[in-house]
Amino acid sequence: MPMRLLSVVVLVAALGGAVYADARSDAKAQVEFGIAVAQRGLWKEAIYRWERATQIDPTYAAGFNNLAVAYEHEGMLDKAAEAYERALKLEPDNVLVRQNFELFKEIHDRSQSQTTQSQNP
Amino acid sequence: MTGASLKRPSLKILSCVLAVGVAGCASFYEIPIETPIAAKLDVSAFQRVFIAGFISGGTDDVDGNLETVRLLRSQLRMKSNLRVVDADVLPLLDVASGRTEAGSSSQTREATLEAPEIKNEKDLQPYEHIFADADYWKRIGEEYQNPLIVTGTVLFTPHSQAGMVQREREVIDPLGRRSVQPVREYMERKGFILQEKFIFIDGRSGAQIYSEALREERLYNQNDNTPALSSYFELMDEIIPRFLSTLSTQRVRGSRVLIK
Repeated sequence: MPMRLLSVVVLVAALGGAVYADARSDAKAQVEFGIAVAQRGLWKEAIYRWERATQIDPTYAAGFNNLAVAYEHEGMLDKAAEAYERALKLEPDNVLVRQNFELFKEIHDRSQSQTTQSQNP
Repeated sequence: MTGASLKRPSLKILSCVLAVGVAGCASFYEIPIETPIAAKLDVSAFQRVFIAGFISGGTDDVDGNLETVRLLRSQLRMKSNLRVVDADVLPLLDVASGRTEAGSSSQTREATLEAPEIKNEKDLQPYEHIFADADYWKRIGEEYQNPLIVTGTVLFTPHSQAGMVQREREVIDPLGRRSVQPVREYMERKGFILQEKFIFIDGRSGAQIYSEALREERLYNQNDNTPALSSYFELMDEIIPRFLSTLSTQRVRGSRVLIK
């Protein structure tokens, strides 16, 4: 009886792992395609690909990082901030994501502080 | 098996692991991006912009009013879709001090030269009421086909400062290798402060729609004889992108890393 239970647990774990690996490889394919099109300047298509990637595998930090970069390029700064934060939550020690986020914050904070400095009479 | 024979396969494994690691690390791509910063002011209702003039003060070496008007007009001609009204600069100081009839847009340079001295922000205050005079600006607006009017104050003042400054010094060690080391030293420096307040007025109603105060300063080595006008342009180089970002979308260039 315990042997049967153990084999069920092992099977479930293996299937789970396979499903996870499948999701990750599907997401990775979308991410890679997104990179290829972004390098050709097709940022809208890249956004579509990376959004798909993050839907397929919401634990894939690279997907969120790339999506943030694309949002930044398209001027969607709030969405970019959200995506960078999501990427950093998944991989807090990822130096590349952190570096991107720091550069983004520099621009974002500057535009925000300019707006606060100014006043609408 | 000896220790030496054990070392060889382990080195192979290590190099394989390193190669895989490097390949893994190489799965990122640097990509140039341009981040658009949206204009702070919606100017779609205007077809023209009139840089009317500024109440200026500070040093006598630079005419802050005329230089600022010239520079902003030329920048807007190149970097904005608005048509720039090419008209005489308004003698705002005279209008504000009641020495010229309000509504007259003719330039009275002689009158400006005799204008009261403005050396600091406090000296500007008695004249700032002109910016809130909606009737005056409405009349100016009617004269130039209801443009977006840009006016404000310019204060360009000399400044000096003494204190500890960190600078980099090149050092050559006994082996002839060069390196750069930070050095702190006491220095007396002089330069200028440029304070500009841009006021945007709707030429149709004469009402203020937006204002923005910007400040930049630059200090030079005491021995450098930097002319006031050259320093003014250096400071304006910093201010102009921020002025332009009020009226039109600006793109900030940079690069980011995409990850696989």
